Amino acid sequence: MSGGATPAALAALLAALPDAVQEQVEFRGEATLVISPDRVLEVLAFLRDRAASRPAVLTDLTAVDRLPLEPRFEVVYLLTWYDPPARLRVKTRLPGADPQAESVTGLWPAANWLEREVYDLFGIRFRGHPDLTRILLPDDWEGHPLRKDYPLVEEPVEFVGRVPPVPSRAIPWVPQQGE
Amino acid sequence: MADQSRETLTINMGPQHPATHGVLRLVLELEGELIVGARPVIGYLHTGIEKEMETRTYHQNIVFPPRVEYLATMIEEVAYVQAVEKLLGITPPKRCQYIRVILMELSRIASHLVYLGSAGIDLNITSLWMYAFTPRERILDIFEATSGQRMMHGYMRVGGLQWDVPADFVPRVRAEMEELPRRLDEFEALLNDNLLWRGRLEGVAVLPAEEALRYGCTGPVLRGSGVNYDVRRAFPYSSYEEFQFDVPLGERGDAFDRYLVRMEEMRQSRRIILQALDRLPDGPVSVDDRKVVLPPRRELVRSMEAVIHQFKLVSEGLHPPRGEVYSAVESPRGEKGYYIVSDGSNRPARVHIRTPSLCNLQALPVMIYRGYMADVVVAIASTDIILGDVDR
Repeated sequence: MSGGATPAALAALLAALPDAVQEQVEFRGEATLVISPDRVLEVLAFLRDRAASRPAVLTDLTAVDRLPLEPRFEVVYLLTWYDPPARLRVKTRLPGADPQAESVTGLWPAANWLEREVYDLFGIRFRGHPDLTRILLPDDWEGHPLRKDYPLVEEPVEFVGRVPPVPSRAIPWVPQQGE
Repeated sequence: MADQSRETLTINMGPQHPATHGVLRLVLELEGELIVGARPVIGYLHTGIEKEMETRTYHQNIVFPPRVEYLATMIEEVAYVQAVEKLLGITPPKRCQYIRVILMELSRIASHLVYLGSAGIDLNITSLWMYAFTPRERILDIFEATSGQRMMHGYMRVGGLQWDVPADFVPRVRAEMEELPRRLDEFEALLNDNLLWRGRLEGVAVLPAEEALRYGCTGPVLRGSGVNYDVRRAFPYSSYEEFQFDVPLGERGDAFDRYLVRMEEMRQSRRIILQALDRLPDGPVSVDDRKVVLPPRRELVRSMEAVIHQFKLVSEGLHPPRGEVYSAVESPRGEKGYYIVSDGSNRPARVHIRTPSLCNLQALPVMIYRGYMADVVVAIASTDIILGDVDR
């Protein structure tokens, strides 16, 4: 099972910015940090440059919709150090109404398309992003499909005959109550 | 318009263009023949797979990964089931891990052969396409004999395999691996000292190592720039730590280095396969946990308990614990990762696919900046993107 040891960078971060970390989770050998949204840039800049001998690489950036919990959205950053190999997941939680986070495109250009994708599919805005437009969906698309309250429906097919069943009705989505 | 020489021309390339390897659109800004700006436009193949995966059970979702990236299908399936196995905290038996390694490396060879053929056809070496597809076709025949399907196998299961490999699997793969070096030598004899091939690839689409790291590139694109990062080495999975292989690295980071890296990777894959065939352990191919894997057919007629397990697994599926995991494999294009969030129900709360093609494509404007218009095709071919992988 891959996962990597808990990175030394985590210890360095806890020593340097102890008040930045709100929560620390260890699951299946993977370390996850929760930080407050206003300290994202500070923490990630520290992790990139000063936490280990080599700079960290932004492997992945995505988001999770936790409806009906509040704060509703989580933006997830996955950092990787190549030598020695280590991974660290950093998360920040955003409110359901007008979710906004700081853009990390200044730290890694790799974040450019990944943040556009999160904006496109979740409607989370990134302050300071150079070109925050839709990337996967057409520009005139309405709504953000990966939100949990966005229904999964099929486009009407322009053929005469059987109407395909709506998949979300076949497998209805049931909100999970409570944590 | 006082300074006529600074005038640029914007032209559109794609999305229906034979050299974009799918439906990729590029908006290029030209200054004469030189490219001074490029903007890839993606999303033409977006099918909402991540949303679909949230509405289906963990077992039903096995059909999606090979449709995300359709050239290295076995690797895709392993990438997904491995993430679910990590979520459940189970490890498949050794025999399953070794068979997975063999099939994944065969997939890697098949995928690199498609790269070779399509990179050749972009430069009008059409015979290379035919040559490269012959060994690929035989690998797909092995997949068909093993799983019943040539591309969309559905052979991997959470906790194991659909069934054991056929009786002639080992001699057949071995015969294929004995044939492979002769074919690779043939390709290299055709290309390595070919004036046209080298002239078009050398010094073209250069990506410096620091840029590759900043853009999160992985796979042959990163290793062609000389950075030693291979998920099989850094975060071993499926018993890769038990095999000996080299990680080939480039020096200049141009299209020719990426070609050399891929050729050498095929030889290293053959090396891994031969080791796995020699040491293939006996035993079961799935974990012995009825809460995860379907009971064998013969038990269903004797045991009521097996019938209940079968019913629960088919009608409800797995219930992994609450939590989130990220599990990555080394696909032919780079690091392919599945990030799965479980809320304790039988369907994932969120599946995110970290695709190598997206990150590698993002670096394309850097590669082709101040390059010639005609080299854009070479640059796209050398990144070896799959648009299904970019758009999901």
